[in-house]
Amino acid sequence: MALLEVNDIHTYYGNIHALKGISFEVDSGEIIALIGSNGAGKTTTLRTISGLMSPRDGNIVYDGQEISSTRADLLVMRGISMVPEGRGVFAKLTVEENLDMGAYVRTDGDVADDLDSAFEMFPRLQERRKQLAGTLSGGEQQMLAIARALMSGPRLLLLDEPSMGLAPVLVDVVFEAIQRIASEGVTILLVEQNAHMALQIANRGYVLQSGEVAISDTAANLQRNEVVQKTYLGID
Amino acid sequence: MNILASEASRRILRLGLLSGGFILFAGVIGMIAAFHEREVVDDFISLGQVLLLAAPFVTSYMAATQMLETGESPRMALAGGLVIGVLCALPTVILLLFNSDDYRYLLDTSLKLIPFVAASYLAWKSHAQGNETRQVAATWLIAALLIGIVSFGFALIFEVKGDLRGVLVNVDRDWVEVVTFDHRRELWTGIGLLLAASAGAGLAGVVMRILPDIPRRALLYGLGITLLVGAFGETVRLILQENLDRDTLREIFRRDTLRQNAAAMLFIISTLAGFLWAMFGGRAQSEFAALDDSRRQQVRNLGMLLFAALLLALPWLIGRTLSDVAVTIGIFVLMGLGLNIAIGLAGLLDLGYVTNYAVGAYILAVLTSIGPLGLFKGTFTFWMVIPIALLAAMFAGFIFAVPVLRMRGDYLAIATLGFGEIIGKLALSDWLKPLIGGAQGVQNIPKPFLFSTELKNPEQLYYIVLVASLVTLFVSIRLNNSRTGRQWMAIREDEDVATAIGIDTARAKLLAFTLSAATGGVAGAIFAAKVGTVFPNSFTVFISINVLSLIIVGGIASNPGIVVGAVVLIGMPELLREFSDFRFLMYGALLILMMINRPQGFIPSKLVMHEVHAGVKPKVSAGD
Repeated sequence: MALLEVNDIHTYYGNIHALKGISFEVDSGEIIALIGSNGAGKTTTLRTISGLMSPRDGNIVYDGQEISSTRADLLVMRGISMVPEGRGVFAKLTVEENLDMGAYVRTDGDVADDLDSAFEMFPRLQERRKQLAGTLSGGEQQMLAIARALMSGPRLLLLDEPSMGLAPVLVDVVFEAIQRIASEGVTILLVEQNAHMALQIANRGYVLQSGEVAISDTAANLQRNEVVQKTYLGID
Repeated sequence: MNILASEASRRILRLGLLSGGFILFAGVIGMIAAFHEREVVDDFISLGQVLLLAAPFVTSYMAATQMLETGESPRMALAGGLVIGVLCALPTVILLLFNSDDYRYLLDTSLKLIPFVAASYLAWKSHAQGNETRQVAATWLIAALLIGIVSFGFALIFEVKGDLRGVLVNVDRDWVEVVTFDHRRELWTGIGLLLAASAGAGLAGVVMRILPDIPRRALLYGLGITLLVGAFGETVRLILQENLDRDTLREIFRRDTLRQNAAAMLFIISTLAGFLWAMFGGRAQSEFAALDDSRRQQVRNLGMLLFAALLLALPWLIGRTLSDVAVTIGIFVLMGLGLNIAIGLAGLLDLGYVTNYAVGAYILAVLTSIGPLGLFKGTFTFWMVIPIALLAAMFAGFIFAVPVLRMRGDYLAIATLGFGEIIGKLALSDWLKPLIGGAQGVQNIPKPFLFSTELKNPEQLYYIVLVASLVTLFVSIRLNNSRTGRQWMAIREDEDVATAIGIDTARAKLLAFTLSAATGGVAGAIFAAKVGTVFPNSFTVFISINVLSLIIVGGIASNPGIVVGAVVLIGMPELLREFSDFRFLMYGALLILMMINRPQGFIPSKLVMHEVHAGVKPKVSAGD
């Protein structure tokens, strides 16, 4: 059974119809990529799933339960964690404090182990654990944002444009980390403009176009798809 | 001509005229004459004259700093100071001439000349930009016409009114006497004195800047202390009165004014002290820093102990009048600490804080009053009602927070501003008149009792405020370092991210508003008991603005800052009551200056420092 099922959701900003009936599903353990150009509705889709916005129509089923009107903070407790676009680290807290904030919903008290595994995944963060997050480089902030999202012990990780504004070397580091997270059993829904990178690590992908799903296929097929190649991969 | 065109001389001209304009403005609105009423040193200098001379002094000090930094010679700086001094006096001199009977025609003539001169200047500018002759001519005509209408209009008004006073009501004998140093009758002597004094102050500013570091700091310290003691002579005398015998006091003060001898002594002593501090202060600080941690902690503890002793003994040291001021300051400290929970910790800009203050005050009034409006006529005592007032304010805070939970930033501020106004109108309304007395308010509120002693003096009420402030301080520090404090921090930084890591933002915001309201209620209740009567016009939007300003001036999210802010914004105006006409002017000027020069407040919190100096890497840096 799918971990996440999105059925024909319609989301509005005021009167603007941003999502015009989007449907897709994410199976447990998969990496799914949502690609598309600016304004296609990728971020809105993530915000709708994570509960920051609610759909006017359609429903979202997570782990067998309807969640389309569940509050965002409750969803975090149920295992949906999001890395927002633009990273959103707490600039005036240290790296370590940021990670502690990520474990905000945890009540089991075993945070220390998770802190260690976060540092294991991103050794750069360990070097800078006492440094204020606002003074980190863009790539380090992105790593911190991902590590922080993992601190809540999610089953489903929503990533919004993790490669945005990063140097190519760092993009590689971040995507490697995403693959490693997936190999540890966390399901990943990835929104990317960098379609090339996203399709390399994803199992399946959906192409969004003005609020609708235009193409859906396996990542390998999408990479070969002529339209996708032309529009999103820049291959003639 | 070359010298006039240089950047440095243009800056001098600009600064000098700006500060001259300030002096003129201060005179025209009556500030200088009003300040003249308070003498700083007996028969020597008044606060008005200090204002008159401080402008050229400070301006040329600043200009000299800039000039020396850009590599100008000290001689040039001195010349600059002289020019600034003269420029500072110039606008005032011109107004003096316009005001005198003998030279009134100058005003008339210049008003008639202004359109032609101004239009020609604009036409010349237009010509310099390479416009065609026709355009230049059109510019001249239109400018001359427009400026001419205004200018001739003014000329006509002055003609009809007879003299300047008809228009500028504060350009009167008092003003003339201050700016001419009591030479109203010999106008040119007066003008000469004004120019000389102003130029002297300008020169003094530069000399002060040129002096080597240590004597400069010593002199500035001495001058500052002497002026401060002189300006607040009444306050200082009230403090000394508690501790000195009458004869000694008479040696130092003539009524509320510092005597010349005493002022000279004070200047010498404080300069010496400043000298010693400038010589050895740095060493003391470095020695303190070199101590090991436990010793340093001991020194700090000793400091805290002394401070606590001072706080406890304060009412005895400063006497009744000033204790009353201290209680008012304390009430505002209490509100500042409360509002800081919403603004500083959770980042919720609440402009309706007066609501909680009013609720606390009216609850206490209605429950304890022994007048006709009292519900229980003395059954309830102050101590029983304080928790009720606290809970009622929290309830009010909660109720008002619910509808604005979804609002952010400016919208939240405007909505809360509206709530503050609603409370004021409700208190005045006929609808609630049977309960809280409408415009007449509630009277006959008894003072609190401690066992069988009535706490009727400000010296006694002071301790209630002190205890309440300390409790609030403790609670807000503990809250800030708790899980709840972290919730608020996350919301303040980024509400979406806060939600994304699982924080129930609605609940956290409600909690912030509710807790923040609590101390407002206590402050209101103490205020009501202190004054004994509660009127609607005590609860205006200015209370909210005062509390907000003292937080901003002191430093957002900084507890010591709030105390300093309250002393500056609440205490100083109380001590300068006679200038209350200019209270909001000075208030506004202070806020603007603070925002430009020190946006993080007097005593900034560490976190805010990072924010204001974003981009400057803090010292903590591992790795690299």
